[in-house]
Amino acid sequence: MALVSDGAFIADEWRRLADEESLPGSGKVIVSLGRLPAAREDARLTALGVYVANTTDPKALAPYFARLALIDIAFPAFTDGRGFSLARLLRREGFVGELRASGRLTPDQYLHAVGGGFDTIEIPDELAAHHGEANWAKARQARSLSYQRGVAGGASILERRRKGVA
Amino acid sequence: MTAHDPALPPRPNSAPTIYAYDEYDRAFVRERVAEFRGQVERRLAGALTEEEFRPFRLMNGLYLQLHAYMLRVAIPYGSLTSRQMRQLAYIADKWDKGYGHFTTRQNLQYNWPKLVDVPDILEALADVDMHAIQTSGNCIRNVTADHFAGVAADELEDPRPTAEFLRQWSSAHAEFSFLPRKFKIAVSGAEHDRAAIKIHDIGLRIVKNAQGAIGYEVIVGGGLGRTPFVGKLLREFLPRADLLAFLEAILRVYNRFGRRDNKYKARIKILVHETGLDEIRTQVEAEFAAMDRAPFAYDAQELERVVAAFAPPAYESLPARSDALEKAKAENTEFAAFAAVNVAPHKVPGYAIVTVSLKPIGGIPGDATAAQMRALADAADTYGFGELRVSHEQNIILPHVKQDDLFALWRDLSAAGLATANAGLISDIISCPGLDYCALATARSIPIAQAISERFADLERQRLIGKLGIKISGCINACGHHHIGAIGILGLEKKGVESYQITLGGDPTLSASIGELLGPGVSAEEVPDVIESLVQFYLAERREGEAFIDTWRRLGHKRFKESARREGEDGSGI
Amino acid sequence: MTRPANPKFSPKILLASDLAEGDVVFWGQDGWERDLLRAKIAYDEAEAATLDAAGKAAVAANRVVDAYLVDVTVDAAGAPAPSHFREKFRAAGPSVRRDLGKQAWLQGAGNR
Repeated sequence: MALVSDGAFIADEWRRLADEESLPGSGKVIVSLGRLPAAREDARLTALGVYVANTTDPKALAPYFARLALIDIAFPAFTDGRGFSLARLLRREGFVGELRASGRLTPDQYLHAVGGGFDTIEIPDELAAHHGEANWAKARQARSLSYQRGVAGGASILERRRKGVA
Repeated sequence: MTAHDPALPPRPNSAPTIYAYDEYDRAFVRERVAEFRGQVERRLAGALTEEEFRPFRLMNGLYLQLHAYMLRVAIPYGSLTSRQMRQLAYIADKWDKGYGHFTTRQNLQYNWPKLVDVPDILEALADVDMHAIQTSGNCIRNVTADHFAGVAADELEDPRPTAEFLRQWSSAHAEFSFLPRKFKIAVSGAEHDRAAIKIHDIGLRIVKNAQGAIGYEVIVGGGLGRTPFVGKLLREFLPRADLLAFLEAILRVYNRFGRRDNKYKARIKILVHETGLDEIRTQVEAEFAAMDRAPFAYDAQELERVVAAFAPPAYESLPARSDALEKAKAENTEFAAFAAVNVAPHKVPGYAIVTVSLKPIGGIPGDATAAQMRALADAADTYGFGELRVSHEQNIILPHVKQDDLFALWRDLSAAGLATANAGLISDIISCPGLDYCALATARSIPIAQAISERFADLERQRLIGKLGIKISGCINACGHHHIGAIGILGLEKKGVESYQITLGGDPTLSASIGELLGPGVSAEEVPDVIESLVQFYLAERREGEAFIDTWRRLGHKRFKESARREGEDGSGI
Repeated sequence: MTRPANPKFSPKILLASDLAEGDVVFWGQDGWERDLLRAKIAYDEAEAATLDAAGKAAVAANRVVDAYLVDVTVDAAGAPAPSHFREKFRAAGPSVRRDLGKQAWLQGAGNR
């Protein structure tokens, strides 16, 4: 797996745990939603993350926000945009940790992900070979202007209009 | 790179009467063009597969059809300037084959662009503040509006400022660019619905409440296609300031819960139908209540800026009745017919709204040559403050013509082959491109439209028949709106040949209804005969002032069905 | 050149859209052709499989889009014609604009 952050491929400090694997004694670990109640109580973990389906109810995750440093939302297909809404709702519920999109996203969706509140994107290695780091770096800069307010990436067009700055 | 600014003679009366892009809108479109240029380069170099490229080319209006790529250019809410129309003509000549096709969604399609040329075409569009953004794909599509906006005598408020706010809100929306399916919004601000708001995913009708405040009636879940639905009332009165927040709430509910397992069940109409209107309303209202609505409220200064952009042109103070017009009508019966059929009342005394039919007898509905586009631009400059509209009936509107000038305009239009006096009549047929161009089509539509048009070529007879909407689609996706035609025709494949199903009783207006099937399909050759028999039955049965749809409603479907059964009971014909 | 008909097998050609230009192309003896008459005709399952593989390879190589096999009838002179009306139109052009598409190109001087 490759991890994209701020237009670059970076090393992933997190370990994604399959359900049959036991919790390690330390480290940054991503578990499934089902293991979250138990993992929350494990004080040995440096940091805890959870991976969830894009159909997850954001309110079901809210009670764990204090312990969660990462929420990883699965994109079952790159054209399935439910994860963008879930990210938005998690931010609204008050989640301030790392939001990660994982699946076969393309660089062309980078700004959609950033605008929705995602920090990182995790893609399979062969996809990372197909769409290299340079593509992601370029896509990160593809658009500087957004009509929508309240999305990441600086002032909206309306805010710029009011201030009269480009 | 291109920098095409067609040389324009200075025209004192062509001050913009529609929203003009500011530096931010321009920069936004340029960035999108540059982004798409990069995507095309990656596609051509093999760095993007077709599967990866498809959603992004669609979001830029680019299809791959039977014979070539097809580029669908947005004409936001159907409004454009003469300068923009000339640029459309220029593009048709330079990169296409000298013509374009105006669509039922107020867009323009080029049928022959090469992928390698598309970024340059988009650049040329950006030169005149146009684009192809979100004219396709599973995103919020180009917003449509009443083509008589701002000039209709029955208007409460111009719907275009609302539509322009929606354009900005929906453009490159980070959250709503990968919806379950496409999403179409239409806005009407008048008593009569000319924007077919009840067959859109969301239809907005500008209304006034008991306290006299302006707001929106919100209709949701309309749509045609495989499972047609008339839209349902979601909110009777939505205060103006809440519009964008409320739409955001609807879209969020749809994006999360709309079906993604079957593309034929993925539109919001199915979600509304399967979930139930009350439950959808509960979900939307809950989301609306939970969200921070402040970022969506109309900014007063911005509202003022956008409304001002649609300020009416500098009309002259004129008498309501034009002597010149009356004289010309009395002297020229052909012109009098044009004035009776293609001219609608304007809210300003002495002015008129002119529909320029793109349905010449036997022609291809909605097609215009580059020369015709230029003639239309010239006519708009000479007689109409440089402004044009595209109607969802695939015609062009000149929204502000002095009644005194109508005769001169008619002569100019006649010279360009654009004076067919059939607006709203039986040969003003809506038709999708069908199997002559479209990769999804199951049968041809255009030749059917041509054959009917030729059968009823006599304009005097057409006027006698009166208002009658025939709408033809070449497949179940219903781009030709066949479900809402008083007579609808759907082309299908049956045993290896093209076959046509006919429906009656469709209605696109506020009294919207979906047409009912007349019987088994008929061959292409039989269609004009069936239409003829239906029309003759209607003429024999109609009462004073009754349109075809009214007679059908009064007599019932069964009577019409029996009338069309003239081929006998042996199974031949219908 | 026509071959003895196998009554159980409908002859086939391979058709696709050119990636860069978008027009219809046919797989010929050694590559993609714009002229239907130069299309290579498969007369049995094995030949059809070869065509199909060529189509998949060309799609994977991003040379064409949507390659698929099309049933054809072959006349006495060995000229193929698509059996279905949809592909008949694809091979010719819009029936309502005889001046455009392949039909127009073929009418041009020296194109065949």
